[in-house]
Amino acid sequence: MNLTPVWAVFLGSIFTNNILFASFLGMCSFLVCSNRISTAIGLGSAVTFVMFFTTIINFLIYRYILVPLGLDFVSFIIFIAVIAAFVQFLEMFVERFSPELYYALGIFLPLITVNCAILGASLFMVIRNYDFGQTVFYGLGAGLGWFLAIALMAGLRERMGYSNVPVALRRTGIIMLMAGVIAMTFMGFTGMLSTQ
Amino acid sequence: MAGSTTTAAPTRSRGFQPFGGKGRAILLEGIYKANPVTKQVLGICIFLAVTNRVANSLVMGAALTFVTAMSNLFISTLRNSIPRRIRMIAQVAIIATFVIIIDQLFRGFYWSMSKQLGPYVALIITSCVVMGRAEAYAMQNPPLPSLLDGLANGIGYAIILVLIGVVRELVGAGTILGYTILPPAWYVNNLIFLLAPGAFFTGGFLIWILETLNPTSQEPPAGGTEAKR
Repeated sequence: MNLTPVWAVFLGSIFTNNILFASFLGMCSFLVCSNRISTAIGLGSAVTFVMFFTTIINFLIYRYILVPLGLDFVSFIIFIAVIAAFVQFLEMFVERFSPELYYALGIFLPLITVNCAILGASLFMVIRNYDFGQTVFYGLGAGLGWFLAIALMAGLRERMGYSNVPVALRRTGIIMLMAGVIAMTFMGFTGMLSTQ
Repeated sequence: MAGSTTTAAPTRSRGFQPFGGKGRAILLEGIYKANPVTKQVLGICIFLAVTNRVANSLVMGAALTFVTAMSNLFISTLRNSIPRRIRMIAQVAIIATFVIIIDQLFRGFYWSMSKQLGPYVALIITSCVVMGRAEAYAMQNPPLPSLLDGLANGIGYAIILVLIGVVRELVGAGTILGYTILPPAWYVNNLIFLLAPGAFFTGGFLIWILETLNPTSQEPPAGGTEAKR
């Protein structure tokens, strides 16, 4: 049993164990979609929303269906199926009830299915043995942490439009180097909390 | 299934040689010219997370090569019977099956390695390399070239993993595969290379070097071809 209090899980998943800067999850969409702040905010909120609900659903399925039946080895395929189904439902729901939101978020939703941060959150939830309360706060915190990371990077990249970056670094190199610097600053939070 | 046999037949009659002509072109494309990490920027998550030790990089590279090759083979075999609308789910299901095989193997025989790699073995499922090759190559091509394409991309990915692993372990701990190269008597370990920022820096510099040696011809339009993923 993991005894970390929920507030520590929540803050830890945003700052000390940021899912992007410490666990490198969700890098692909982070690299591609961080060129404008508006895009980053759209994708960030979609990821937070999906991550929050899928970790809870996956927790319930894992704890109350898979473990009692001894089927925990198929958990990966169940987790990814839950995520894909959730995203599909969300897409239909949003399209039906709020076309504006659909146009804002629509293109991001298919990307989310293969965003490793979402699956990663569910896997970490299993590995770290969180209980229900911790899972709820972890799902929310990890999503917000990813949101924070992509929003930070988008802000920096908008500013970078004015600077003269070496040609060979322009595609992804410079983003990785910048992410390294941000990761170093996030390491400064490590002393604040020692969470698992 | 009748569809897939008819499309595969002309390839067989032309005589597909895995290591000459077209086969070699596919291998070269995946390993160097269009390397999945540095050129297509796919699968960065795993690539940064497991490279702090050379051994981890080797194991992960081998696992990923196996999954990419096998899932490409199977997806390509089934490509004419997969309905277009649900192809994502079908691909993910096939990929996840192979990932579960690998994960169970590691748990059974290499428990300590499985413990170290943590969730990243499972995350091969969402690795864009595997999905990307399935979508871009295996859905359009016959099984044998798809198998080769998967192998080539997996190997190209593994080479970059090991390169990064060597740099990070050498600078961060002064060892390679656990053997001391830089003795602690005069070399002060630069621990940051074993931690998260070191992964970003090494990756960034490696992409810089490779991009200088082998430049991408056209400037990508903002959110153009890449955003389709």
